[in-house]
Amino acid sequence: MTATVTRESIVGTPVDRVDGGLKVTGQAQYAADTPVEHAAFAVLVSSTIARGRILAIETEAAVAIPGVLKIFTHENAPRFKQPDPDWMNALVPSQTFMPLQSPEIIHYGQQVAVVVAETFETARAAAALVEVAYEVKPPLLLLHDPAAPRFQPDVFFGEPMQDARGDVDAALADAGGRIDATYTTPIESHNAMEPHATIAQWNGHRLIVHEPSQWMIGTRNYLAKVFDLAPEDVHVISPFVGGGFGAKGFSLPHSVFAAMAARAIGRPVKLMLSRAQVFTTTGHRAQTEQHLRIGASDDGQLTAIDHASTISSSYAGWFIEPPGLTTMFLYACPNVRIRHEAATLNLPAPCPMRAPGEAPGMFALESALDELAAQLEIDPIDLRIRNDAQTDPKTKLPFSSRHLVECLEAGADWFKWDRRPKKPRQMRDGDELVGWGVATATYAGLRGPASARVRKEDDRYIVEVATHDLGTGMYTIMTQVAAEALGVPISQVECRIGDSRFPPAPVAGGSQSTASVMPAVQAACLKLRESGGEMAEADAAPGDEQGRYSFQSFGAQFAEVRVDEAIGRVRVSRFLGVFDCGKILNPKTARSQMLGGIVFGIGQALFEEAVVDPRTGRLLTDSMAEYRVPVNADVGELEILFVEEPDYVLNPLGARGVGEIGITGVAAAIANAIYHAIGKRLRDLPITPEKLL
Amino acid sequence: MQAFELLTARKTDDALALIAQYEGAAFIAGGTTVVDLMKCGVTLPPVLIDINGLPFGEIDANEERIRIGALVRNSDVAYDRNVVHRLPMLSKAFLSGASGQLRNMATVGGNLLQRTRCPYFRDPASRCNKREPGTGCDAFEGIHRGHAILGTSNHCIATHPSDAAVALIALDAVVELAAPGGTRRVPIEEFYIVPGATPSIENVLLKGELITAVEIPLGAAQRNATYLKVRDRASYEFALVAVAAGLEFDGGTITQARLALGGVGAIPWRVRGAEQVLAGKKAGPQAFKEAAEAALEGAIPRRDNAFKVELAKRAVVRALETVVRER
Amino acid sequence: MPLVSLKINGLKHKIELEPNVTLLDALRERLGLTGTKKGCDFGQCGACTVLIDGRRVLACLTLAMMHKEAEITTIEGVAVAGRLHSLQTAFIEHDAFQCGFCTPGQIMSALGVVQEGHAKTDDEIREAMSGNICRCGAYTNILAAVREEVTRASV
Repeated sequence: MTATVTRESIVGTPVDRVDGGLKVTGQAQYAADTPVEHAAFAVLVSSTIARGRILAIETEAAVAIPGVLKIFTHENAPRFKQPDPDWMNALVPSQTFMPLQSPEIIHYGQQVAVVVAETFETARAAAALVEVAYEVKPPLLLLHDPAAPRFQPDVFFGEPMQDARGDVDAALADAGGRIDATYTTPIESHNAMEPHATIAQWNGHRLIVHEPSQWMIGTRNYLAKVFDLAPEDVHVISPFVGGGFGAKGFSLPHSVFAAMAARAIGRPVKLMLSRAQVFTTTGHRAQTEQHLRIGASDDGQLTAIDHASTISSSYAGWFIEPPGLTTMFLYACPNVRIRHEAATLNLPAPCPMRAPGEAPGMFALESALDELAAQLEIDPIDLRIRNDAQTDPKTKLPFSSRHLVECLEAGADWFKWDRRPKKPRQMRDGDELVGWGVATATYAGLRGPASARVRKEDDRYIVEVATHDLGTGMYTIMTQVAAEALGVPISQVECRIGDSRFPPAPVAGGSQSTASVMPAVQAACLKLRESGGEMAEADAAPGDEQGRYSFQSFGAQFAEVRVDEAIGRVRVSRFLGVFDCGKILNPKTARSQMLGGIVFGIGQALFEEAVVDPRTGRLLTDSMAEYRVPVNADVGELEILFVEEPDYVLNPLGARGVGEIGITGVAAAIANAIYHAIGKRLRDLPITPEKLL
Repeated sequence: MQAFELLTARKTDDALALIAQYEGAAFIAGGTTVVDLMKCGVTLPPVLIDINGLPFGEIDANEERIRIGALVRNSDVAYDRNVVHRLPMLSKAFLSGASGQLRNMATVGGNLLQRTRCPYFRDPASRCNKREPGTGCDAFEGIHRGHAILGTSNHCIATHPSDAAVALIALDAVVELAAPGGTRRVPIEEFYIVPGATPSIENVLLKGELITAVEIPLGAAQRNATYLKVRDRASYEFALVAVAAGLEFDGGTITQARLALGGVGAIPWRVRGAEQVLAGKKAGPQAFKEAAEAALEGAIPRRDNAFKVELAKRAVVRALETVVRER
Repeated sequence: MPLVSLKINGLKHKIELEPNVTLLDALRERLGLTGTKKGCDFGQCGACTVLIDGRRVLACLTLAMMHKEAEITTIEGVAVAGRLHSLQTAFIEHDAFQCGFCTPGQIMSALGVVQEGHAKTDDEIREAMSGNICRCGAYTNILAAVREEVTRASV
């Protein structure tokens, strides 16, 4: 061994992001930044109806513009078959149908043409000249439209969406304190800062694709299937992703169209979605309406929870948002029932969006618990502590690690919760009424199989994994884990990710990347260190501990709001998130993830709503001015604490994921704080000024 | 954006000649409205005339008036010492609009002429009487939460989005216009035109006319003044409702008031009736509430924007309270 | 097509340009300066912030050909000879980014804020930086980094 052995621990320290230098100088290359020789530009044309058919599509005026190379429509596009989702083989399209194959229109913004030209300006100008005549049918757009086909979805990734234990109806009839309330959340948009873009080029029968991706291997397999290629002949490259939040995980049709155009014109094609097209065609979080009924004893022991959800679904997609799943296991309660019903509408395909299920579901559940606490005159923190469960009530397995109570207590201490007046409207500051609210946060501790390779080049070590950094800090924690396992300083380690040819890793979803990839990286590096060789590879996968424990992360969200009732203004002046996510590999980047999750939750609580025109189905909030995410001035004092109990049952590093738990419970904490401030219970998100007047 | 020709004018006469010469031509200054709407496909001028070189970039103050050249950037007006001290509601109005970057680009003249944010106006596939006369209005039966409750008609309920124009109308500003035939001055209260049956006509600007300056006469009820903007998020957003308020006092009695509303009008909405309610009254909740009621007289609420009536009334009260508090 | 001269980061570039090319697209597609990002292309996110004659503006809402006389500064021109600007160092130290896509715009905007000299308190900095949207939610750390630079600049 010639490398310097260091005794200092690197894992667990707040190392600066190793890709920071690239990001602050503008050198980090996102997909659309990739320099490509002789590229043509492609722009999509979108439907302006939500349901019907194309009667005629005129491209003459568009094609006549000098510099236009080709225009594809359903009339001349190659025939493609949209594959079914196939998780076993890592191939998951977001949609159930491939556009540009027939005149049928099933959602507003559906792609109806692809315009390819020498310059972006020419392509965009030509796209505006494509004329489409439609036969319009009245679209199905409302959750309760009696004409919308309804169904009860079966499972969500193996978890039953219709589930029960005990006898909820009997328990509700018996119970003391009772809550019976309906909560609603709107359609929400991911709105990552980087719009989707695909640069496709062919090298013989090999396809090379640069696009932002949370699952390069998934898109590799999808494109291979669609173009009838061997997976080895498709290369997906995604070194930097400008935010994903779930919108860059499943495979999307525009990737096909970029490759289609490149093959047809024999040149690389750069296809960029406009921001409006990002809103309409890259997925969204479905709308939910959740009916919660809760029964409890007078001293706050939960005896019954009935959580029935209605969710919007789409003719275009298959993904169903599952708000009720968490209710099956979060608290000790002998009688629980969850139900989900989906309404099929002429909306674009929904897809996972940061904490799918938990984000809307915890808003409802944690608000309902707050209502119960108020009704029973029990402190909301005490209520949760009284119903804590160290054994998963659904699976009857022990939680590998559950420190929800510690999170609540640490937060209460930091927030000085004992000073909180019991009744609403007791804290006033000038024009503002102040309120404090709390909610539980939770997210699954998932882990999947992953592989890693490490090579020694002179005195540097190159680690390679086909995993993803969306701002999650993967480059950095991977470098830390590798350096520590190799016994060398970080400066000698270079981690390469973002390439589908590297050893495989799961989708960067479900907050599983850290828990999945780090064990493989650690194993490969230890292997190299022990062997003293030039290269080592290792696979890592969860074992039979998966059948013996429940893996879940927990947290407590504390909100202070200031409400100016007169003019309907709410500010989140202070927010504390306390989290139990196992060992924190990098406190700096993990804190940033949590801060980001809280900001996401503030948006969910107060601002975000994707609005669909009830007659045309047009998404009115298809711009960053209309779809309101928080701006800097919306964010007050945020603080994050970690209750750091390593979870060595899940993996040798003791680490669970941190990407999504931050948003869970935030909206409830804010709504609960608003109730504490003004005594008004808001059950419909977003909480906008008119709801406070 | 379609292709177009870009010409540069260095003198006012050239600018006026060019706009007359080219059919469908438009001026471009800061570009934040023109480029935006061209990308939307809402306006497609075949010729743009860059007027940034014209000599309208100065703020000139004396004892009687503050004169702001049409090409002065929003941020420069907002931070001008004379504006800050003598016309604080104007400074606040400018600073509440858009973002720092946009305020550095946008000009005063352009600000007056900015177009509505109505999502149906901005979408060529939607029916819009303002954009294409006679085609109808998709906002009525669509979603109109941000739309106007004052000055509307059966043809159009779009809101005028400018903050500065609301302050300027409260301040009795005068707009100076240049045309080949000469110049004219139009009080801003006469500059804007309610939609009526012709929503595509938004102001009295004649074809080929150019805004050269805005002049604000100095007078009462300007120093004790504020601009209150209520919106969903804390910044970088157009108003749900906005109030420009200024008061002149004699002890605890209001001698003169200036009041105008934003975010609720098809045009910037001066409410002289409410000002008259306040004149001679003791500054306090009773008078403010009366003024608020008067200010919203004639409001036509609709399904999605009905809340604006109550919200605007409360904002009027709050704005007046603020003026008193900060006196 | 006549060549248009643009002065960017102190260097003169001569390129073919049509009038309808925004400064943003000229930088990214005609000059290969991809540090400035296109987030929305409609002036609603701030990712395309650059400095024109020292003032922060949005490159997507202005035409390249209108700035032939101007000094344009992009993110590529901030570090000098490989040495990071103190603001860039502050961004790294405070972890004022996650995905990094809005970061060039945040930095250019912050440089503008410092030059403008109006924002001093935390609330003023928050407001001044509100024209730069960050969906990763790095605002707390962005504030810390910009506050540090504002303090440094006022000394």
